[in-house]
Amino acid sequence: MSARAGTLAGLAAVAAFGLAFLLLAPHWVELDTLLDLTVYMIMSILALSLGLVWGYGGILCFGQAAFFGLGAYTYAVAMVNIGESTLPFLLAIALPAGFAALLGYFMFYGRISDVYLGVITLTVTLILFNTVNSTAGPEYHIGSARLGGFNGIPSIPPLNIPGRPEAALDLEGMFYLSTALLLATYFGLRALLASRFGRVVVGVRENERRAELLGYDPRLYKLATFAIGGAIAGLAGCLFANWGAFVSPTIFGLAQSAQIIIWVIVGGRGTLIGPILGSIAMEWLTTTLGANQTTGTGGLADLWSNAPLVLGAILIGFVLLVPRGLVPTLADGAGRLLRRRLPAPAAAPAPEVAE
Amino acid sequence: MDLAVVLAIQVLYAIASLALISLGLAIVFGMMRVINLAHGEFLMLGGYAAIVGTHLGFGLWVSMLVLAPAAVGLIGVVVERTIIRFLYGRMIDTMLATWGLSLFLIGLTTFVFGNTTVGISAPFGALAIGRYRTSAYTLFVIAVATAVLGGVYVVLRHTRLGLIARGTMQNANMAAALGVNPPRVYAVTFGVGAALSGLAGGVLAPVSGVFPTIGVAYIAKAFITVIGGGAAIVTGTVSAASLFGTINQLATFATTPVFGEVALLGAAIVLIRLLPQGITGRFFRRGL
Amino acid sequence: MAAPLLETRSLGIRFGGVQAVRDVNFSLAEGELRCLIGPNGAGKSTFFKLITGQLQPSQGQVLFRGRDVSAAAAHEIARLGIGIKTQVPSVFDGLSVRENIWLAAIRLHRRRRAAAAAVDEMLARVGLAALADRPVGQLAHGQRQWVELGIVLSTDPQLILLDEPAAGMTHEEVLRTAELVREINRDKALIVVEHDMQFIRMIASRVTVFNQGAVLVEDTIANILRNPVVRDIYLGKQAAA
Repeated sequence: MSARAGTLAGLAAVAAFGLAFLLLAPHWVELDTLLDLTVYMIMSILALSLGLVWGYGGILCFGQAAFFGLGAYTYAVAMVNIGESTLPFLLAIALPAGFAALLGYFMFYGRISDVYLGVITLTVTLILFNTVNSTAGPEYHIGSARLGGFNGIPSIPPLNIPGRPEAALDLEGMFYLSTALLLATYFGLRALLASRFGRVVVGVRENERRAELLGYDPRLYKLATFAIGGAIAGLAGCLFANWGAFVSPTIFGLAQSAQIIIWVIVGGRGTLIGPILGSIAMEWLTTTLGANQTTGTGGLADLWSNAPLVLGAILIGFVLLVPRGLVPTLADGAGRLLRRRLPAPAAAPAPEVAE
Repeated sequence: MDLAVVLAIQVLYAIASLALISLGLAIVFGMMRVINLAHGEFLMLGGYAAIVGTHLGFGLWVSMLVLAPAAVGLIGVVVERTIIRFLYGRMIDTMLATWGLSLFLIGLTTFVFGNTTVGISAPFGALAIGRYRTSAYTLFVIAVATAVLGGVYVVLRHTRLGLIARGTMQNANMAAALGVNPPRVYAVTFGVGAALSGLAGGVLAPVSGVFPTIGVAYIAKAFITVIGGGAAIVTGTVSAASLFGTINQLATFATTPVFGEVALLGAAIVLIRLLPQGITGRFFRRGL
Repeated sequence: MAAPLLETRSLGIRFGGVQAVRDVNFSLAEGELRCLIGPNGAGKSTFFKLITGQLQPSQGQVLFRGRDVSAAAAHEIARLGIGIKTQVPSVFDGLSVRENIWLAAIRLHRRRRAAAAAVDEMLARVGLAALADRPVGQLAHGQRQWVELGIVLSTDPQLILLDEPAAGMTHEEVLRTAELVREINRDKALIVVEHDMQFIRMIASRVTVFNQGAVLVEDTIANILRNPVVRDIYLGKQAAA
C-alpha cells in the first residue's frame, strides 16, 4: 500500500532528522545559538498544541497562551515552594489540562461554537492577564512564591533530575530535554491521530452532526482534544519558564496568542510538521528583525525591525493568499508535479494563447 | 446622597463609554456578520487623528468630532476594499485577517508616533457635587454616547439609507434585484462603522491618552459587548453596555479598577454561555 | 401483537409561532418498511429530526422499543440503533470514502482487523470499492448518497430512516437504490421519505401521508393513490406543476 509506505517513510525521515539534530546540534553550534534553538523547540511544542486543537479538532482557540502562561506560572510557583522539580513539572502539565477541561466543559457542553468560542477563550486570557498583572504587592503570594504582578517572577530554579534537587539541568541539558520532548510530543500526537480517537476527532471536525448521528458524542471528543492541547501548552510553558528562569504576565498577552495562531496559519492547519516549521520560521524572523520596540530613528530599517507590523502583514497575507498554510499548499503542488510527470504520455499541453 | 449621585454618574459613564467604543463594531457585526478585530486600532487611530488635528491648528472640537471620524471612516473604506471584501461569509478568516491588521496598525503607529502616550487635556474642568468632585467631561461623554446611539437608531429606522442597509443585510440577492449595489452598501456600512469608532476614539482621547497599543484595552470590551448584545445594533449595544457597565463600575467601586474589569469579563462569559444569541437574541427581538 | 419498534405519542414541536409537527401518533412494527409522503413543509424531515434526537419535542414522546427517548441526545439514540440518511447527504467531505465508512464501522468493531473487513464488505455492497480512496467531497451527488447509505448501514442500526434516498439519482441508480432498500428490509425496519411515486411503488409498502405537520392518512400505496384528499393536497399539486 503506497500511501502507508509514504507515511512510514515520512515518519522515519522526521525521526532520523530529529535524532541527528538532537545529538549533533550541541557539538556544532555556540552556546548562545543553542539557547536560541532551545526556545525554538519550546515554541514548536506550543505550536503543536494549537496545531492539534485547531488544525485537527477544528476548535479555534484565541487563548492558547492562557494554558502556556498557566503552565509557566504553575511551574514557577510550585518550584519556588517545593525546590524539587518532579512535582512542579507534572503540575505544570496537569493544571492547564484541568483548566482546559473545565473551560471546555463549559463551552462544548453549552454548545458554544465558532465565534463565541473565540470570544470566550480570548476573554479568559485577558482575565488571567489582568488578574496576574495586578498582583504586584507583597500580599499576593502562593506559599513562599510572590506573584510579582507586572514584574513577574524572577530567578525560577531550573528543572533537576527527578529525585536529585542538586542535579539541576544546565543550558545544554535544557536543549536536550526540550528537543526530546518536542520529538516525543510530535510522535505522540501522530500516534494519537492515527488511533480511533484521533480519527473520530477529525470526523467531528469534518461534520459534527454526522459524527453524532453515528453515535459519537462530539462534545466529549472536543473536550478531550482541548484538554490535551492544554496539557501540551502547559508543558511548553513549563519549559519556557525554565529557559529564561523568568515569567511575567505578558505571557498571557494577546500578542502571544496571536503569535501562536500565526505559526499555525503559516505552517498549515491539519498537519503537525506545519506548525513546527511555522513557529521556527516566525521565531527566527522575529529574532532577526530585532526586538519588539523600534529605536525611534525613523529609518527604513526601523520599519523592518518592527515585529508587530511584519507579523500583522504576514497574517493578513496568509489569510488572503495562502489560507491553508505553507505545508499543505506545497505538498499539493509537489503532488501535482509528480502526477504530471508520472503518466508517460502527458495530456495535451495547455494552449499557449487562451482565447 | 452626594456619593450616590457621583456613583450614579460613574455608572452612567461606564455604560456610555462601553456603548461608544462598541457601536462601530456592533454596526459592522450586526449588518455584515463581520467581526473586526482591528476595531480597537480604529479607536486608537481616532485618538491620534484628534491629537494630530489639534497640533495642525484645528480646534479641539473640530479635531475630535469631525477630523477623527472622517479620517478613520476613510481608512475603514480602504480596509473594506483591500481586505474585508475578499472574505465575506468566512467569519473566522475575517477575524484572523483583521487580527493581522490590528498588529500591523499597532506596528505602523509605533513607527510613526513612537511608543509613548500622548494626551490632550480635557475641556470643562471639574464639577463639584457636595463634597465630591467629578470631571465635567464625564457628562460630555455621556451626552455624546446618547446622541450617537439616538442618531444611529433614527437613521436605521427612518431613512432610505437605513432601509437599504437593513434590506441588504437581510438578503443581499434580493437587494441587488431591487437595484441596490451590495458591494457599495457593504463598503459604506464598514466605513460608517469605522467613522463611529474614530469618533469614539477621539472623544475618549482626553480621558485615556493615546498610545499605539491602547486598542488592546478596548477590543475585548467592545467584542463582548457586541456579542453579549446580539444581532440588534442599537438595542443590543445599549442593553449589553448597561449590564456590563454597571457590573464593571460597581465592582470597581467595591474593589479595584482591575477587578472591576475582571468582573466585567467574567460576567460576559457567563452571559454568552446562558444566551449564546446575545441579549437581543432572547429579548427585544424586534429591536434594531 | 408485539410491541412496536418505534412509537410516537402526541408528538409535536413549535418553532416560535409555527407548529411544525403536531400531535403525531405514529407506530412502526419490527421489520416494517414504511413510506412517508407529503408536500414540502409538511414536517417529514422535522419528524425525522425529532426521532433522531436532533430536535427536542415541545410536546409528546418518542418511544424506541418501549423506551422513552424524547430527551435523549442524538448520539445516544444512534447507539440504541437508529440510523438516518439525511436529505442533503451528510458525510465527512474531507475524508476518503473508506475513511468515512471506517468511522462508522469502528464504533461497532473494536478490533481494527474486524473493522477493516467490515469496511471492505460495505464498500462492495454499496458499489463504491473502485472509489474507496477518493475524497467524498469530490464525488457526484448520487455517489455521495451511496457513501452516506454505507455509513449508516455500517453502524448496523435496527431502524433506518431514509430522507429522499432517490433524489437527484439517475433512473438506473434509482433502481439500484430500490433494490438495496428491499434487501435492507430483510432484517431491518425502515422509514423512507420520498416524492417519487414510482420509487414508492417499487418498494411497495404502507404509506403515511403528512400534511401541515400532522398525519393525514395512513394506508396501502394503492389506496393512497386513489384517495381524492391526498391527490388534492399532494399529487394534484404535483400534476399541476
